[in-house]
Amino acid sequence: MLALAEAIGTRVLRKIRAMGGMTIFLWASLSSAVAPPVPLRHVVKQVHFIGVKSLFVIVLTASFTGMVLGLQGYYTLRKFAAEGLLGSAVALSLIRELGPVLSALMVTGRAGSALTAEIGIMRIGEQIDALETMGIDPIRHLVSPRMLGALVSVPLLASIFDVIGILGGYLVGVKLLGLNQGVYFGQMEASVMLKDVSDGLLKSIAFGLIISWVCTFKGYHTARGAEGVSQSTTSAVVLSSVLVLIGDYLLTSVLL
Amino acid sequence: MKRLNVETAVGLFVIAGILCLAWLSVKLGKLEFLESDTVPVIAEFSSVSGLKEGAAVEIAGVEVGKVVSIAEKDYKARVTMKLRSGIPLQEDAIASIRTRGLIGDRYVSLTPGASDRRIPPGGRIRETESAVDLEGILGQFIHGSAK
Amino acid sequence: MTENDWVCRPCGLEKLPEPQGGPAIRLVDLVKALDGKKVLDGIDLDIPRQRITAVIGLSGAGKSVMLKHMIGLERPDAGRVLVDGVDLTRLSRPELYRIRRRFGMLFQGGALFDSLDVFENVAFPLREKTALGEAEIRERVHMRLAQVGLEGAGEKFPDELSGGMVRRAALARAMVMDPEILLLDEPTTGLDPIIRNSILSLICHMYHQHCFTMVMISHDIPDIFCWSHHVVVLHDGKVVLSAPAEEVFRSSDPFVRQLIHGDIAGPVHLM
Repeated sequence: MLALAEAIGTRVLRKIRAMGGMTIFLWASLSSAVAPPVPLRHVVKQVHFIGVKSLFVIVLTASFTGMVLGLQGYYTLRKFAAEGLLGSAVALSLIRELGPVLSALMVTGRAGSALTAEIGIMRIGEQIDALETMGIDPIRHLVSPRMLGALVSVPLLASIFDVIGILGGYLVGVKLLGLNQGVYFGQMEASVMLKDVSDGLLKSIAFGLIISWVCTFKGYHTARGAEGVSQSTTSAVVLSSVLVLIGDYLLTSVLL
Repeated sequence: MKRLNVETAVGLFVIAGILCLAWLSVKLGKLEFLESDTVPVIAEFSSVSGLKEGAAVEIAGVEVGKVVSIAEKDYKARVTMKLRSGIPLQEDAIASIRTRGLIGDRYVSLTPGASDRRIPPGGRIRETESAVDLEGILGQFIHGSAK
Repeated sequence: MTENDWVCRPCGLEKLPEPQGGPAIRLVDLVKALDGKKVLDGIDLDIPRQRITAVIGLSGAGKSVMLKHMIGLERPDAGRVLVDGVDLTRLSRPELYRIRRRFGMLFQGGALFDSLDVFENVAFPLREKTALGEAEIRERVHMRLAQVGLEGAGEKFPDELSGGMVRRAALARAMVMDPEILLLDEPTTGLDPIIRNSILSLICHMYHQHCFTMVMISHDIPDIFCWSHHVVVLHDGKVVLSAPAEEVFRSSDPFVRQLIHGDIAGPVHLM
């Protein structure tokens, strides 16, 4: 009985310590991200890596998501003779929910894993220690630009996701199923509020923070060789995907 | 084809992203950068059930503004609207709450009056028609026919 | 002090300058546990100024961990690390970063940045920590690359280099800020004998030019006795012996004898 309690206690303490470590890490990287001079050149490089290079996969998933929303929505709405609402259904579900979440998951898979692996390899190759010995703060040099890059890229990617998805829904609803174009966009304009757009934006900023935070943290604290890199990459992807979905629920319930 | 250098690609990406965001918030979200060319006007209704902030205000089916806020005052609903400037509103104009379709959105419809006097900016539209209480009508109809 | 301290053992020719002041680095009762295991168990050690000190010992004796303490990469559980009398363990991060400008460090695998070519790797500390102009940086980097015999390899990336070239590029990077103290973690491990000796003679050559305080971890026994002035023997997180190379080589301590001769029989049984 006591042994069980001790085992639980050890685990809880370890988890709390890990969470504390993550919080300190976030604080250190955010505070050095805003401390002048902002390493703009490095941030541009990271926006290229996280944003530009994810564009293809975002456009691809967005157009198919929009198309399937068009198809499903049309099928469901027709039962209530409300096909006219297809535009609102597609736009609202994309802007409020699917755009931020799916683009965040795509970025996690494509760029987040690479961030972890890259920093993890630098850790086990002692390159992070080398930075330290040169008197260069590795968090400021490696982590902050990646965090800023994600904070810039993810909301922009989500916006692009929304627009492409709406166009995908347009393609299916209007061009394929013969809905009136004016009805599609008119209903959309009538039902989408500025709050929907700003909530979606807020979500994707939060997701960008979660992804870059988890992935750089896991990479930064990699241990034990190549196996360690693969372990931390896997756990970074899993943890940040799960946190994105949990965060999505929490944010939705707060924002609604 | 020459590969784009990093800075150009990032620049294009950021521009594309901001354009998308701008389209979403200005065209769909109806974000307004210039508030000055609108005129506020108030109307009191005995019921606005179903009307939401941001709902459209129409004259002859053309959108001319939107509902800014809805508040309760003396057991009545006070609705503040913002109309495009340059639309003269007669003192005896009528504001009525209408429904688009059977389950559609509620909106405010303005019917022009015949008076020579105009409602000043921030003034009140006195003649109002409240929201149609669909359940009430149905109930009346059912009970009426049952008697 | 014996006569040996005055003559460079590696070359046996040149007179060495008399060091100013006491030991460059002093470790006082250093204790460090990693994953519940005591890696350093009360280390007391003086690193002589402007001399080449070699640290030898079995794998896992705590050599690398000790070296990392000397530059503040690891914080000890107890004890002090004094660099010219300044306790590294009590410094704040900015102070630590400032004092590290006096250090150069060569890591086991070289630790070159994969994303930068050799030239940019060597130029990196100059770009990040100094306000030098591009021309000045080019001049300094080319000088260092020439010293380590990598004049033409500046454009190459780390994964295109052989093991020896990686170490030489890393050595150039460690020296580019003109450090007073150079820490070398196994500069020659995993290299063939010819390249190994060329690296060691390069290190010796650098030493004569700049008179660094050098601490070098090595497994090249017994060769390392010819390339260093002072030798430290580490075992199980403790200092077994710290003395001039000659003395260590002639030591009658059974563990030191076993280490030098690589005997299977002796105080340490691995099987």
